[in-house]
Amino acid sequence: MSKIYLSHNNIVSAYGFNTQSAIKNIGKEISSVKQFNDKSIMSEPFFSSMMNKKVLLNKFNKLNPKKDYTVLEQMMILSLNSIITDSNLKISEKTGLIISTTKGNIDALELNSNFNKNRAYLTELGNSIKDFFGFISEPIVLSNACVSGVLATSVAKRFIKQKVFDDVFIVSGDLVTKFILSGFNSFQALSSGPCKPYCKDRTGINIGEVAASILVTKQKANLTKEAVEILSDATANDANHISGPSRTGEGLVRSVQSALKEARLNANDIDYISAHGTATIFNDEMEAIAFNRLNMQTIPLNSLKGYFGHTLGASGLLETIIGMHSLQQNTLFKSLGFNEMGVSQPINIIKQTTKKKLNIFLKTSSGFGGCNTAAIFRKAEH
Amino acid sequence: MNSKTFIKSYCQIKDNSISLNGKVLYEGQNTEPFTDFIKSAYKNLDTKYAKFFKMDSLSKLAFLAADVLLKHENVIAEKEENIAIVLSNNASSLDTDRKYQKSIEDDNNFFPSPAVFVYTLPNICIGEISIKHKLYSENSFFIFDNFNPSYLHAYSTGLLEEKKAEKVLCGWVNLDEGEYNAFLYLVTKEEGQIPHTIKKINSIY
Repeated sequence: MSKIYLSHNNIVSAYGFNTQSAIKNIGKEISSVKQFNDKSIMSEPFFSSMMNKKVLLNKFNKLNPKKDYTVLEQMMILSLNSIITDSNLKISEKTGLIISTTKGNIDALELNSNFNKNRAYLTELGNSIKDFFGFISEPIVLSNACVSGVLATSVAKRFIKQKVFDDVFIVSGDLVTKFILSGFNSFQALSSGPCKPYCKDRTGINIGEVAASILVTKQKANLTKEAVEILSDATANDANHISGPSRTGEGLVRSVQSALKEARLNANDIDYISAHGTATIFNDEMEAIAFNRLNMQTIPLNSLKGYFGHTLGASGLLETIIGMHSLQQNTLFKSLGFNEMGVSQPINIIKQTTKKKLNIFLKTSSGFGGCNTAAIFRKAEH
Repeated sequence: MNSKTFIKSYCQIKDNSISLNGKVLYEGQNTEPFTDFIKSAYKNLDTKYAKFFKMDSLSKLAFLAADVLLKHENVIAEKEENIAIVLSNNASSLDTDRKYQKSIEDDNNFFPSPAVFVYTLPNICIGEISIKHKLYSENSFFIFDNFNPSYLHAYSTGLLEEKKAEKVLCGWVNLDEGEYNAFLYLVTKEEGQIPHTIKKINSIY
């Protein structure tokens, strides 16, 4: 079986309109999370990472859109446009389009929305992006809570293996909305300050917004310098609770075990773990338990939520892209927001950005519905 | 087309009727709304699972279809079978999304509930099925314009070929504006009567 790679990538975020702007700031340990006071989203001030919508629209209008696009569509189209252009790939019926999102255009349900309420159907979002670029195949919208972004790379790989597609473009994204913030707030899951994954005084999540996209391909020609091979991937359910993580980390353990088995690797072959680390009490504790059960407690690990907040359906893909650049630069990025160990089992949290020879990394995510996804990536040989 | 995978059983819930492998198992009253129909069906099928009443409508629909099918296949929680769940629909969780949106629309009448919010994700119904039947397996929820047997066929075949699962519980569960349709089928590598082909899926759908 031929190898499958993750190659051209883009991140549209509060840092800027490309991956480089995010990587540059992360390298300097600068967060994009700050305090906002926007009563249309939340009655009290909140911490988040959000796009400047005027700058976004200006940038988007340069693509000469022929109709109106929602904010999320603008972000996704800008992101995808960048990698379609860079990859120079001609879209055919063998080119797949995966859209990873949890809530899509959920803001279309708001009373003062400029868009028809039907825009909240995820297929509307999918078709809007499909039509903008002239994709031929029906878009595959993936909505599997917070694991969607990592799962999307796994789904792309599986469709390529089944010869449905030769190449797959994935675009992922979710917005910071009143819907999302009020929901997480009703769970008392929002942090009153910048989030602090795995830290003793962590109090919860910051919700952030990005659009991230990537090309998944079996063609070795024209790979980017940070391209990785996707060695393996797996999803497993906790079969325990719909809104809380398993106390034993069962699903996370099983997903990582399944991914290691497929890649024929052992725990000690992993150079770096890009973990989920939402900074809620229960999630971070669950991960520490799972990584100890997996004998992975000494592998350098970070959560990137301190830089972007939790970007929901985009987070897994966003963090995979950062992981690719981490490998390429042989750099372990600091797990921002961490000061003092706040989980009951030892884990090797990256306390400062350091140079280290890296070859293989593990990406994990966990989400509502009890789902957990793991994927293992290795530097592509050029 | 030669098929190396087979459909073991299938279950459909629509038009106030539940059928298993093409035979009607339960019929409700013609005029009753979904909420009444599904409650009577639950009782009539002797489901006995108290958590059912806390679920939103989409989860009730998916859960009951899965329960009918998995019970028929003698899937018991103790065996912890490796059955992947791959579901799809058109309306995602919009039925509950609209309900949740109403609870946050008016600042003077603002009452967001975590018990409602958690169901504003379509894959929660996969979690509900997994909990009941102790399935620690592969999950995925896709959104398509219409039932798309070719994508589902490719994806579930891949899971079986790559040994990510021994069986795949696959299908369509849509609930929107009072209309509903669940069509679930179990795919295996065990030789059976119904070949797992796109054509066959279309004919039993």
